[in-house]
Amino acid sequence: MSTTIETRHGSAPAPPENRHESRKRRDRIHGWSFMAPFLVFFGLFLIWPLIYGMVMSFTGKSLTGANSSFLGLANYAEALGDTDMWHSLGNTLYFTVISTIPLVLVALAMAALVNMGLPAQWLWRLSFFAPFLLASTVVSLFFVWMFNPQLGLINFVLGKVGIAPVDWLNNPDVAMWSIVIATLWWTVGFNFLLYLAAMQNIPEAHYEAAQLDGAGGWRQFFSITLPQLNQTTIMIVILQVLASLKIFDQVYQMTGGGPGGSTRTIVQYIFESGFTGYRLGYSAAISYIFFGLIVFVSIAQFAVTRKRSA
Amino acid sequence: MATTLTAPGRQSRRSDVAPEGKRSKRRKRLSPALIIATVIVAVLALTWLVPFAWATITALKSETEAAAAPISLVPKSGFTLDAFVKVLQQGNIPAWTWNSLFTSAVVTAVTLVISALAAYALSRIDFKGRKVLMTVIVASLIVPPPVLIIPLFYQMVSFHMIDTYWGIILPQVIAPAMVFVLKKFFDQIPRELEDAALVDGAGRIRIFVQVVLPLSRPILAAVAIFVFIGAWNNFLWPFIVTNDSAMLTLPVGLQTIKSAYGIQYAQNMASALLAALPLILVFLFFQRQIIKGISTTGLAGT
Repeated sequence: MSTTIETRHGSAPAPPENRHESRKRRDRIHGWSFMAPFLVFFGLFLIWPLIYGMVMSFTGKSLTGANSSFLGLANYAEALGDTDMWHSLGNTLYFTVISTIPLVLVALAMAALVNMGLPAQWLWRLSFFAPFLLASTVVSLFFVWMFNPQLGLINFVLGKVGIAPVDWLNNPDVAMWSIVIATLWWTVGFNFLLYLAAMQNIPEAHYEAAQLDGAGGWRQFFSITLPQLNQTTIMIVILQVLASLKIFDQVYQMTGGGPGGSTRTIVQYIFESGFTGYRLGYSAAISYIFFGLIVFVSIAQFAVTRKRSA
Repeated sequence: MATTLTAPGRQSRRSDVAPEGKRSKRRKRLSPALIIATVIVAVLALTWLVPFAWATITALKSETEAAAAPISLVPKSGFTLDAFVKVLQQGNIPAWTWNSLFTSAVVTAVTLVISALAAYALSRIDFKGRKVLMTVIVASLIVPPPVLIIPLFYQMVSFHMIDTYWGIILPQVIAPAMVFVLKKFFDQIPRELEDAALVDGAGRIRIFVQVVLPLSRPILAAVAIFVFIGAWNNFLWPFIVTNDSAMLTLPVGLQTIKSAYGIQYAQNMASALLAALPLILVFLFFQRQIIKGISTTGLAGT
């Protein structure tokens, strides 16, 4: 035993295969030691709850502790027949569509305008991006106040130009759009910065060539800038769709899911069936239906991206 | 995704030079298009400032003036700091600020250490199982945090961590996206620097601490800033794991204020502004790093 270890450590005279062997062994120990702290947390707080949540979804586990018996697929069957679940899922998809479009287009327009060579670039970046740094609760407090039917600034301004007051957060037809407005204000700056960085990386030579050919500003934007931004746009849309599907904070804080459940999203429904309804098992089942949706969307987007770049 | 993650150093430097005006010949011509664009952007930027401004004006009014219809931009009785004073004296805001500061700082420190160690191993050390680990970590990016709240809550109950700092902190320290960003950065550091040290007989830890980390300061700073902002603003998890009013973080505490104060608009806005202040300061100090970081660690936003 001791002799072999001796030769391994006496590195100078050791034959090459032996040194190779010892290095390999050392690398294995080092590799796993460097990974260990991360893996402990990763296992405890990601992998384990992911598996445990799946197990819970097959049981009747509740917050009161009673009845944690195995139910098989009963929770899933119940969820699929639950109109509130479908309604929340529909609201989530609706929000995703009506928020992603402005969040991408407004960001693109902002970046294109700022990138025309405006003075004081830092000022525009500061104004558009600053809201992104606020906690959701701050944003919600700001906008609940702005949207106040009698005392809010928005209805006040609308009144000045002769538009009747809107009940922004209490009208089921309008409430989701009000959430979109607040979300646009809050997070568009992030997409704006991604677009701006990408635009500033487009080689100037492209534009010079186009100018020689007599292409104007619009022409340059559509035939040079936009195509060059293809990859960026795909990435922004993917990130935005995935972020929008997870929406919870600002809706819960601004409308509580109301009026009449018209803005309740799937994450809020998970939260409510678990913590208000005390049905952890049922709530876990809905979590996994939601997870399935996210996986499906991710794979679909991955497939589309693959095809595009191939 | 690949576009933002590759070549962090180069990309950000270029976008940093651009605003200084060395880049574009187009900008020098003061064309009508440029003037129109400036006006549009200025109007948009002013619109973006309105919620801040309106919150500030409201917070500086007396409660009576704040709730008076029709609304006025300048209150008749003048501006007052009453709302700020009341909120700071009566509310839990100082305690919540401390909770947020402490938990976010610990989350940032732990995340940075464990992610950098893991990223180094994935980037540099050739060990059995590395590819599998890499795949699992990348795959885990797909898991949406809301899916985990139910089992994590149950786990925290059995760990007796409800209403504790550890309960708030521990589940937030896993950041697969950050491991990925750091690995990409380490991949670009020339191997020769380390090989020289390895031949000299320096251990892995020493190389990591003395060679790799100093070269990675910008990316470590970007990751730290992002993790901190994310932890500071996190709502869902602290909201679930805390009940005790003294243990709430600032964003969660603000949610309870709204219902507790009822219609005290000036105090609501004062609280919101006080909660916004620390991050606005962080932004003013680290504007460059944050904006650079967005283009290098675009994933952080999700």
